[in-house]
Amino acid sequence: MGAVHINAKDIHYTQLNEQIRTIVARGGKEIILDNILGQRFIGDGLRGDDVTITINGVPGGDLAMFMSGPTIIVHGNADHAPGNTMDKGAVIIHGSAGDAVAHSMRGGRIYVRDNIGYRGGIHMKQYKGKRPILVVGGSAQAFLGEYMAGGLLIVLGLNDAAPVSERGVGSGIHGGEIIVRGEVEERYLGTGAKQEPLTSEQRAEILPVIEDFARVFTIDKEPLLAADYSRITAAHARPFANKYTWE
Amino acid sequence: MCGIIGVIDRRRQLMDGTKIKEALASMNERGSGEGAGYVAYGIYPEYKEYYALHVFFDHIREHKVPLEDLLEKWGTIVHDEQIKTCEQPNLRKVHTPWRYFFRPDPTLMPKSTTPEEDIITHLVMKVNSERNGALIFSSGKNLGVFKAAGWPEDVANFYRIQDYKGYLWLAHNRYPTNTAGWWGGAHPFNLLDWSVVHNGEITSYGTNRRYIESFGYKCTMYTDTEVVAYLVDLLVRKHGLSEKIAVRAFAPPFWEDIDRMPAKEQELNRAIRLTYGSAMMNGPFAICIANENTLVGFTDRIKLRPLVVGESGDRLFISSEEAAIRRVDKDVGNIFMPKAGEPVIGRLYA
Repeated sequence: MGAVHINAKDIHYTQLNEQIRTIVARGGKEIILDNILGQRFIGDGLRGDDVTITINGVPGGDLAMFMSGPTIIVHGNADHAPGNTMDKGAVIIHGSAGDAVAHSMRGGRIYVRDNIGYRGGIHMKQYKGKRPILVVGGSAQAFLGEYMAGGLLIVLGLNDAAPVSERGVGSGIHGGEIIVRGEVEERYLGTGAKQEPLTSEQRAEILPVIEDFARVFTIDKEPLLAADYSRITAAHARPFANKYTWE
Repeated sequence: MCGIIGVIDRRRQLMDGTKIKEALASMNERGSGEGAGYVAYGIYPEYKEYYALHVFFDHIREHKVPLEDLLEKWGTIVHDEQIKTCEQPNLRKVHTPWRYFFRPDPTLMPKSTTPEEDIITHLVMKVNSERNGALIFSSGKNLGVFKAAGWPEDVANFYRIQDYKGYLWLAHNRYPTNTAGWWGGAHPFNLLDWSVVHNGEITSYGTNRRYIESFGYKCTMYTDTEVVAYLVDLLVRKHGLSEKIAVRAFAPPFWEDIDRMPAKEQELNRAIRLTYGSAMMNGPFAICIANENTLVGFTDRIKLRPLVVGESGDRLFISSEEAAIRRVDKDVGNIFMPKAGEPVIGRLYA
């Protein structure tokens, strides 16, 4: 089966997702959705490692929620929480995204070319081989990586904007890492977060991810590979032990 | 969770309600079918000098005459008529909406500097707190609120919203969480020229309500949003603050941020927080406020509800979702999400 086009104009998300599932069940590998405008839940719970869905338009919230395997490419902005509790696969957004991007994400990759809203990467997590990655090309708003429990979150601060210049970065973080190009002003660090320069081993680990991001969006990778980065992680193993538990 | 959208045409070009209905209905997921509403500015040009009072009557025969007796005590009913409605299968018509064009008699409030507004405010508070089968849910000049308990399309079709042409619209799709949905509890909330739509909840409602009731306002709608309409009336109309400073009072900067400001700004922000501490609103919210020449949008200061802004020529849009804005204007440019607590303001050019 070749690429399947769906004209999504005025189609409700339930019917749209039914059509997508039917196509995938029949062995379709490439689906192109035109005239998307606000449909929520696209690709939610969808499986299939070799399926690619291209979205032309502005999808609604919770894109690719619980998705496990497919790649979704968005030519437009995304709304709240793309990649919510996503398990595997990729979401590539050629634009910006709303609040709570990668909410509780547990595996796979999300690349956002431009900016994201508040609480990006909130409660991302990891377990054994599952390690989610969120990379943002532009900047992020406040409470980046809030309650983060695992995974890798990178903000590059392209387009002459600081990666993040608002409060609460890594507020409540207890696992995973937030990497920013340059550094975050100390006063913007959240409770329980600490910032350090990258070691050369850590740097070697993230550069392939950044290189891949640059390749996907055809950005000049050299300045990014040469730049300095900082790493924000949990200040202690159990930063809130005294707040929520009594021992 | 609720859905909101507002648009102002800064050159006063009129828009009918068709697209606003479509935009609001595209966010049906944000509502529960228990409340939706619209307000349009500029819809009554032939009666623009008079206050347009929109009233829900429980029973026309029983409740209309007492209200008219009260109105005639305070001024003149220039014209009145039933608001045109078209019955919808999914909307139970529990009230009869009526409109009055009313001229208050300023000599009856001799000690006031704004007698007409004060008479209208008095009438709204009296009628709505006495609950005598009548509720005034819209009381500004050249504007009208249209709301009911139902889904956005049904409420729009019930009022034939496509027949109204305004240069400024607000619309709201309600998902009531803390109190039951009913016609009076649907948004927008209005007093005089002020209209408010709100997504979220105001957890400081008790404090705000005690504060605003100490100035003679009465909260009667069983829901938090109405305090915003009264607070903005108090701070902007009565106390003469700008909308920007009023929003600063509602969603003020954190003390630690004030400490870092230049001396003069610190002084101003401390004064606002100390003077209007009881007007500060806590909890998650995204709010749009409108008056006859301005549209203001803002969120709570840690951004617990979404708000997207878009611009297209003379039009400024504010909504819960970008896709809703693109339902009205698919090529809208300059889409952005304002910072928490910082107002976005659109004003008429002249």
